[in-house]
Amino acid sequence: MAVGKKDIECPPYAEGTPLSDEDIKSGKVTYVEDHPDIRYSWTAGQAISRFLNGLKEGKILGVKCNKCGRIMVPPRMFCELCFKPIDDWVELKDTGTVQTFSISYIDPDARPLPEPIIVAVIAIDGASPNMGIMHILDEVKPEDVYIGMKVKAVWKSEEEREGAITDIKYWKPLEG
Amino acid sequence: MEVEKISGLKFHKKQDVAIVGAGMTTFKRRLNETGRELSYMAVKQALEEAGMTLDDIEMVVMGSAPDTFDGLHMKGEYLLDGSGGSDRPYMRVFVGGGTGVFAPIAGYWHVASGLADICLVVCEEKMSSSYPHPQSAFKYIWDPILDRPLNPNLIWIFALEMRRYMHVHDIKHEDIALVSVKNKANALDHPCAQVAGKITVEDVLNSEPMALPVRRLDVSPPSDGAAALIMVAPHIARQVTDNPVWVTGVGWALDTTWWTNRDLYFPRYVAEAAKMAYRMAHITDPRKEIDVAEPYDPFDYKELHHMEGLGLAKKGEAPILTREGVTARDGDLPTCPSGGLLGVGNPIAATMGVKACELYWQLAYRAGKRQVAKEVTTGVCQAWGDLMQVGTVMVMSNKR
Amino acid sequence: MVAVVGVGYSGFDANTPDLSWKEIMYEAALRAYTDAGINPRRDVDSFVTCAEDIYEGFAIFDEFVPDQLGAVVKPTCTVCADFLYGIATAYMQIRSGLADIVAVEAHSKASDIQTFGNVVKFAMDPIWLRNVGNAHPYYLAALEMFQYMGERCLSEEDVARVVVKNKNNALLNASAPYAANVTLDDVMASPKLFDPMKKMEIAPLADGCVVFVLASEEVAKELTDTPVWVKGVGWWSETYGYDTASFSAMYAYKAAKMAYKMAGITNPVKEVDFAEVDDRFAFKEMQHIEALQLAGKFEVARLMAEGYFDRDGALPVNVSGGNLGVGNLLEATGGQKALEVVLQLRGEAGKRQLSDVKVGVAQAWRYLPANSGAVAVFGV
Repeated sequence: MAVGKKDIECPPYAEGTPLSDEDIKSGKVTYVEDHPDIRYSWTAGQAISRFLNGLKEGKILGVKCNKCGRIMVPPRMFCELCFKPIDDWVELKDTGTVQTFSISYIDPDARPLPEPIIVAVIAIDGASPNMGIMHILDEVKPEDVYIGMKVKAVWKSEEEREGAITDIKYWKPLEG
Repeated sequence: MEVEKISGLKFHKKQDVAIVGAGMTTFKRRLNETGRELSYMAVKQALEEAGMTLDDIEMVVMGSAPDTFDGLHMKGEYLLDGSGGSDRPYMRVFVGGGTGVFAPIAGYWHVASGLADICLVVCEEKMSSSYPHPQSAFKYIWDPILDRPLNPNLIWIFALEMRRYMHVHDIKHEDIALVSVKNKANALDHPCAQVAGKITVEDVLNSEPMALPVRRLDVSPPSDGAAALIMVAPHIARQVTDNPVWVTGVGWALDTTWWTNRDLYFPRYVAEAAKMAYRMAHITDPRKEIDVAEPYDPFDYKELHHMEGLGLAKKGEAPILTREGVTARDGDLPTCPSGGLLGVGNPIAATMGVKACELYWQLAYRAGKRQVAKEVTTGVCQAWGDLMQVGTVMVMSNKR
Repeated sequence: MVAVVGVGYSGFDANTPDLSWKEIMYEAALRAYTDAGINPRRDVDSFVTCAEDIYEGFAIFDEFVPDQLGAVVKPTCTVCADFLYGIATAYMQIRSGLADIVAVEAHSKASDIQTFGNVVKFAMDPIWLRNVGNAHPYYLAALEMFQYMGERCLSEEDVARVVVKNKNNALLNASAPYAANVTLDDVMASPKLFDPMKKMEIAPLADGCVVFVLASEEVAKELTDTPVWVKGVGWWSETYGYDTASFSAMYAYKAAKMAYKMAGITNPVKEVDFAEVDDRFAFKEMQHIEALQLAGKFEVARLMAEGYFDRDGALPVNVSGGNLGVGNLLEATGGQKALEVVLQLRGEAGKRQLSDVKVGVAQAWRYLPANSGAVAVFGV
């Protein structure tokens, strides 16, 4: 072993060849494109299937664990803290409290959105504290949103609902 | 049969573990080299520093984050050749963004268990292959049924967490921005830095909004890069160096997938991981016993958040320490002296180069211009990942 | 020493439309913890999942792991490899003193993948190999098979006999969805999808999950009177380049060598009682038997024809039915192998129970287009 140490004064020394977007556009870089066709059809499973069917009926469903007493949403088949099956299904309210929020200026590909959107974690009324879901807020100005704000779900019409999280169009302030 | 409490970590390791060499490539938004070539460069440097050749390496651990960046399924297999893993036991570990410190933890158990005496740890990330933007790949980290239909961007979760943290402790954005200012300035001394610079708090607050409260300069950039580390048993360390750095504690923890069910103001996953690592390293008062820290700083608030999780500051106290200069390179608790992810760049797993590798260089007194002013014995590095879930912590010391 | 103190599984089925992968994992984990007599929330120190992102359809699958294993806010990680790599990881964690009890999990929800061929293709070098031709990537295995048959002077019947043995073995395994009472003529009549590879020589996909609980010697003795010991583990990677691979399963040979050394096995033919090897393509079983040194280079076909590897043979291989009978379980493949070995060693294999077995070997390959794999030796 020990074939002789190289004395590196202040490691590391920088290696690598940076490229600019321009280098790619002007064809200075050799590259290969691929657009893979990879598709999945995830089984929603028992708990989430029932939750989605609830949404279709305009209801938010939660589950209860009798051991720790938590009422949980989104629903799950088992309580992850007690590691036992859940005991009951509970219908929750379609109102809640803003736990935290953000005003997003970018889309999933980091491109600018035409209009910023407000996203929030909303603790659902009727569930245990902090039991929230992520969703969109609307019918409110970004500067008027605050943590602790009470909000209500705005549903799609019954015929438009398909059993998806987007059956709730967005949430709006409960008052005003 | 039901048994009463039987377990409890005992830390009966077979042998101690030392770090004797490290290396990393430059971190840039887009590099011409492939992932394999980047891995090769980092490994070459680490071997040079340790005075070894690839023939000396017994086992290889690979750390690399989502396959979707590189556009490759089984990315670990693809990176085999460049990382020196060919014709050896080679294993890839993966805990999302926490991989940068988790890969050396895996290296630790390869050596501590006695299965290997010399283990090479390599981390690689090539985010630029993903088109139109690396964030496109992050679409697939969300729950496909409950989250993806809302068209989320990765930045959202950080913005939501940052807002909650600011709200609970009543912290101003100005105080958080100081972290970005500090780290980008520290990075001026790092030869591999991507976005080093002298900026002001105003620059951060006036930068382009991404998902408020997060603005452009609150965020580390996506990068390409690789890093490598050589971990050895004590009898090997004695042969190759006079100043090895010992791994004295490791810890990791993964919180629930249901991140919207947690109060995001405090990273309890980091606290749990730190508890494990400190117990192993016999550290009872981290604020006093840790001389230098490299917490994970993909966002400026994250450094503060993680300092509190690591017990280096009380809850809500990290911004105050930052404002008072305690975390500066010449302060009492130098934090991210490398320049961190905010200054050097954020090639997810390869950030091992500014976390574990940097801590090694600091404790071996080899960090040159980046060397912290105070005398150092013990340091901690940490990474974080998944849906605000994983904490990975490693404690090192230059005294065995 | 490290022992297996609990095993649990869910499946194995051709598809699982009623349960999500989370629910499959929960089911298997609950059974394993019950088998071990432990409470995961209290007793398990570390959890290891073996998963590949693109098999799951996620960018960071690790996120979705902790809840259903009882691992919330506990040391939990993902190893991007087969279940047997997970066993190796648990082994190292226990030997390093980081944990006394480790849970290892791997699963397949292959039925969620709509374009499996493209997934495999996605693992090929994007510049060098991925876009060569439009064929289903199984052709890679066929190329290797053709070369291997030439080098070992194998006939098509020699390879077909593997299918006959395994599918018939699977008839005694209630968890083997592809069990069938087939004859050599049936297999020979099966259409050639990738000449010389026949349709029946390719293991179809299946769903399922395997969870093991491993413990240190001290704890294992508290938990059970009949532990199964992990005598040795080995894992090895040959090369990524398809063009530089040995085509003779060097990965399995080297991994086995490492595992045998740890287990103190010097003469595998004599010291190993039975084996479960990767047979996701029928010829792979022959290659792997040879790599595990359970038969000489040119003997495998002859011994196979003589019934040496049958359930009542001298050295039974794939008594469970192997992948040809149970299905391709992706990263859980090694899990199904290890499970069968443990069940046999415990004497819990039901109708297919082998008599007087003390040492068994499980082996898995990382599947196309990789040249890596792992081996574990279990014993009582």
